[in-house]
Amino acid sequence: MGCPYFPHTEEDLKRMLERAGAVSLKDLFSDVPEEFMFKGEFNLPDAMSEMEVLEKFRRLDALDKKLTVFCGGGAYDHYAPAVIQYLLSRSEFQTAYTPYQAEISQGTLRYIFEFQSMVCSLTGMDCANASMYDGPTAAAESMMMSVAALRRRHRILLSSTLLPQVLAVVRTYADYHGMEVSMIGQEGGQTSAASLAQELASGDVAGVLVPGINRFGIIEDLSGFADAVHAGGALLAVYSDLSSLAVLKSPGEWGADISCGDAQTLGMPLSFGGPYAGFLACRKEYMRKLPGRIVGATRDAQGRRAFVLTLQAREQHIRREKATSNICSNQSLMALYATVYMSLMGDEGLKKVNDLSYAGAHYLNDRLIATGCFEEVFDKPFLKEFVLKTDVPADQLQRALAEEGFFAPLQTEEGYVSFCVTEKRSREEIDRLLAVIRTVI
Amino acid sequence: MSKTIEGLYYSQSHEWVKVEGNTAFVGITDYAQEALGSVVYVDMPQQDDQVNAGEEFGAVESVKAASDLVSPVSGTVVDVNSGLEDSPSLLNEKPYGTWIIKVEMSEPSQLDNLMDAKAYAEYCENL
Amino acid sequence: MKYYNKLIFDLSKPGRSGYSLPENPWGVTADALPEDLRRKTPAGLPQVSEPDVVRHYTNLSQMNFGVDTGFYPLGSCTMKYNPKINELVASMPGFSALHPLQPEWTVQGALKLYYDLSKALATLTGMSDFSLNQFAGAHGELTGLMIMRQYHRLRGDSGRTKVIVPDSAHGTNPASAAVCGLSVVQVRSLEDGTIDVGALEGLLDDSVAGIMMTNPNTLGLFETHVREIADLVHGCGGLLYYDGANMNALLGQVRPGDMGFDIMHLNLHKTFSTPHGGGGPGSGPVGVTSALAHCLPYPRVVRKNDGKYALLTDKDSCGRISGFMGNFGVLLKAYAYILMLGKQNVKNVGPYAVLAANYIKESLKDCYKLPIKGLCKHEFVFDGLAEDNGVTTLDVAKRLLDYGFHAPTVYFPLLFHQSMMIEPTETESKETLDAFIGVMRKIAEEAKSDPEMLRSAPHNTPVGRPDETSAATHPVLKYSDMQ
Repeated sequence: MGCPYFPHTEEDLKRMLERAGAVSLKDLFSDVPEEFMFKGEFNLPDAMSEMEVLEKFRRLDALDKKLTVFCGGGAYDHYAPAVIQYLLSRSEFQTAYTPYQAEISQGTLRYIFEFQSMVCSLTGMDCANASMYDGPTAAAESMMMSVAALRRRHRILLSSTLLPQVLAVVRTYADYHGMEVSMIGQEGGQTSAASLAQELASGDVAGVLVPGINRFGIIEDLSGFADAVHAGGALLAVYSDLSSLAVLKSPGEWGADISCGDAQTLGMPLSFGGPYAGFLACRKEYMRKLPGRIVGATRDAQGRRAFVLTLQAREQHIRREKATSNICSNQSLMALYATVYMSLMGDEGLKKVNDLSYAGAHYLNDRLIATGCFEEVFDKPFLKEFVLKTDVPADQLQRALAEEGFFAPLQTEEGYVSFCVTEKRSREEIDRLLAVIRTVI
Repeated sequence: MSKTIEGLYYSQSHEWVKVEGNTAFVGITDYAQEALGSVVYVDMPQQDDQVNAGEEFGAVESVKAASDLVSPVSGTVVDVNSGLEDSPSLLNEKPYGTWIIKVEMSEPSQLDNLMDAKAYAEYCENL
Repeated sequence: MKYYNKLIFDLSKPGRSGYSLPENPWGVTADALPEDLRRKTPAGLPQVSEPDVVRHYTNLSQMNFGVDTGFYPLGSCTMKYNPKINELVASMPGFSALHPLQPEWTVQGALKLYYDLSKALATLTGMSDFSLNQFAGAHGELTGLMIMRQYHRLRGDSGRTKVIVPDSAHGTNPASAAVCGLSVVQVRSLEDGTIDVGALEGLLDDSVAGIMMTNPNTLGLFETHVREIADLVHGCGGLLYYDGANMNALLGQVRPGDMGFDIMHLNLHKTFSTPHGGGGPGSGPVGVTSALAHCLPYPRVVRKNDGKYALLTDKDSCGRISGFMGNFGVLLKAYAYILMLGKQNVKNVGPYAVLAANYIKESLKDCYKLPIKGLCKHEFVFDGLAEDNGVTTLDVAKRLLDYGFHAPTVYFPLLFHQSMMIEPTETESKETLDAFIGVMRKIAEEAKSDPEMLRSAPHNTPVGRPDETSAATHPVLKYSDMQ
C-alpha cells in the first residue's frame, strides 16, 4: 500500500535525485558506514488504511472499562465546554511551532499572554510563564528556582501532605540536581507549623513547598506560614488546584513567593494522565529566575500592539549549562485550552463549578457517614475531595464499584479511602453510587 | 574598533576597573557592550556581598545573549549602581562612564594582574 | 493574515458570561467554607459571551502560521505534515475519559497501546525498552541523563560527574546536564563539523559518565566515526546518549541501537508526526538497551505471562519524572502514524527527507554560502548570503514571511555567524520545494537591488518586527501591566 503523506511521483524522485547528484535513494546514505544500514525487517504490521487504523483503535478502546469517576488524586473529572475542542482543533494553533517568528505567531503569543494574565489573576502573583509540562514537574521547577534564587542554599522542605506523585517527582529532580530534601510532618491532616519551624531553624533552607488543597482534600490553613518561611530566609511555594482559586485564598494572599500546580482542573480531559498543563508563577523579585517561555507585550515599528517571547537570556538556548532549567517548550495548546475555559467561565462560572463540586462532595460525604460504615477522619474544611475511614477493604470496594461502572475510592498510604465529586456528577449519579456502596458494605 | 580609556585597568573578561584610593569601580568595556548588543538587564550583587577576583558576581543580559560579570578584584561591595535597574542601556551609551559595582579592595595588589589600556586594546584586536 | 488588535480582556463587559452549568440541587455553596480560607476579591477573569470567545480565538488563529498554512523549513524541528487520522483517534471518547489512577484491569486497552507503541519505537531504533512518560524532548534528555547517572550509581561508580557534549550541540544538552547535576565538558568539532575524535580521546577518563551526541549532528552531517567514538567511550566505562532531535534523517534506514548508543530519546512531535501545538504538548520517549531497562523511570508498562498488562515500579528505577504516564493523548497520535506507514513505508521517511534537503541545498548553493559542502542528511546550514550586501540572515528570514513561507532556524548552530538551518521533511512536494527555492533566489536578488527593503521586512504580516529590547528591558507580562 502507498502512503498518503509522501507527495513524490516517480518522475519527481528522478528529477530530485539528479539535482542532488545521486542515482538512487541509497546513494544518499553513502556517508553512513555499511554496517549501520538496517537490513532487517521491522517488527511492525503492514501499512493500514484509515479504516483499519480506526478499527484497531476501536478494539483497543473496547478493552478499557468506561467508569464514572468519583475520585481525584491529582486528576479531576471536570466538564469541558464544547467550544474548547472546537477552537483547539484549528490547524493554525495545532500545527504551529514555538512562536519564534513573532510576526506570524501573534495568535499563539496572544493567547499565552492571556494565559499568563489569568494565571496571575487567580494566583495573586506578579508574573507567570507560558505553562509547564504538568503540576508535579512545575513543583520541581519551583524548588530549583528557589535554590537558584538563593544561590548558596541547597535544602528544600516538602510537606508530607502533598500528593504522592508531586513528592515523588520533586524528590527525583532533587536527587539529581543536588537539592537536599527534608519533610515537614503533618498534624490533624494538615502541614504542621511546628514541624516547619523546626526544619527552618537550621537556616539553610532555600524553598518550602506546601499544598493549597492537600492529599486528604483538606484546604490547608497557611496562616503564619509565609512569615515563618521568610524569617528563615527561604521562599514559600504553594501547590494549588488552579480552578479552586476562584473561591479559595490565593497563594498571593497567603504571602507565597511562588505559585505552582496543575491547570488540569480547568476542564481538561482526564486522558489517562495527559496532556495537562502545569503552571508556575511568582513575585516580581523572582521574575528572572522563572524558567520556561514567557511572553511580553511590546510594539512594532509602526506602533502596533505586538507580543513576543521575552526574557530569553534566562533560557537554556542562551545560558546553556547556567540556565535555571532545561525546559524549552510549554504545553502550549493546553494553555490555550485553559485560557478559553477561563474566558468562558469567568469568575462567576468558575465559582459555580466550585459551588457544585463543594455541594456534591459534602452530600456524598454526609451520606457515606450516614451508612454507618464510614467515619470522618479529620474535622477540617474540604472542597471537592475528602477521606474517610472504613473497615471495608478499599480494593474490594473499588472492584465492586468498577463492576458497576464507577471509579472510586482511592486509598491513601494510611489506609483511608478518598472520594471526589465535581460539577459533572449529578445527584442521580451520586445516589446510584451510594446504592451500589450499600450493597457492598 | 572599540574604545579604551587611559588610566583604567582591564581584565580578559572585558571588565574595567577605575581606582580611587582603596576603592575600585567596576564596569564593562566598550568591546563587551558592543559584543552583547542592547543591554536589557544587569544582575547585580547586593551591598556588603563579598566578591573574589576571577569569580562571577553577576550577569549582563541583552535580548539574545547573556554574559557573566567576573570581578577583577577581591573585596566587599560597598555600593551598586541602582540606576542600571531602570536604565540598563547606560552600559551601551557610556560604558566607561557607568560603573556597576564599587568594591572596597582587600588585595589591591591584584590590580597588577590586569592590563593597561594599550595591552587591552591589543588583546581585543587579537580576539 | 490580517492584523487583529484585541485581547480577550478588551472584549470584557460586566454582566456577560459564556458558561452553561446545571442548577445547584443542594442549595449549599463554597461560601459555607470558613471565611479566612476564602478568596476576598474576584480574580477578574474576562466577562465574555460564547460568541465573543469563538470569534476572538478564531481571529487569533488567523494571525498564526502552521504546517497546514504553508512550508515550514525550520531546521532541527522536523515540521512535517500532521495527519488528521491522528487527531481523530486521539479524540475518541473512551481514551479521553480514562482516569490515570484507574485499576489496571480497567485500562488494559490503554496499557496495551502504550506497550505496543513502546515496542514499535524499539524496533525502529534498535533499543530494547522505552518509557513514554516524558513530556518533551528536553524532558526526555533529562530523564536519559538521570538513567545514565543511576546506572553508574548502581554499580557503585559515583565518581562519574562529567558529561561530554560537542561544541555544536543545542543549548538544551548542557542545560539538561546541569539540571541533572553533571558538569559539562565540551569537545570541539573539526573543520567539517564532525566531532574531533582525537580531542575526545583526550577528555576520556573515569570521571566521565558519558557523551551526548546528535547524529546526524546539528549541521545535518552524519558522524561517520560513531563506531570509534562508541568504542572509546565504552572503553572508559562511559555511556552513549543519542539525542533524537535529528532522527527523521535516519528513520527506517539506520538505528541508534546499532550504532552503539545506550540511551536515547525521540521527539514524537518531530519524527512521528504529532502536531507541535505552538510549543506543546509534545512527547519525548526514552529508549535504552536491555542492560539499562531497570533504570527507566517508573511507572513502566510491562506485559505479564498471562498476556495482561501491568504497571511496574522497579527498585532500581531512576525515579518518577511525571505525574502519570506522560502525554498519553500524544502517544495515540504517534501510534496511528506508525500504523498508517507500516513496516514498508517507514523505510522511505529518512531517504525522502534527505533527498528534499539535498535538493534544496544543491539548488541554492550558488546564491547562499554553503560552509560545508557535500552530502547532507535531513537538513543543512547556509552561512548567510553568498554576496555580502549587509543583508543578514535575519533579514532573509523575515523577508521569507512576506512570501508566505516560514523562516528556517536562524543563528543556530553557533559555529557560523549567519547560520540558516533548513529542514524540508519528506512530506513536501517538489512543487513546494521549487517554490521555496524560487523565493530564496528572488530574495538573494533583492539583497542586491533593494537591501533597505529587506532590512525592514516583513511588510505583509500582521505586525512588523517587534521591539524586543523594550520588551526585555521593561517587561509587560500580563494585561494589568499594560495600563
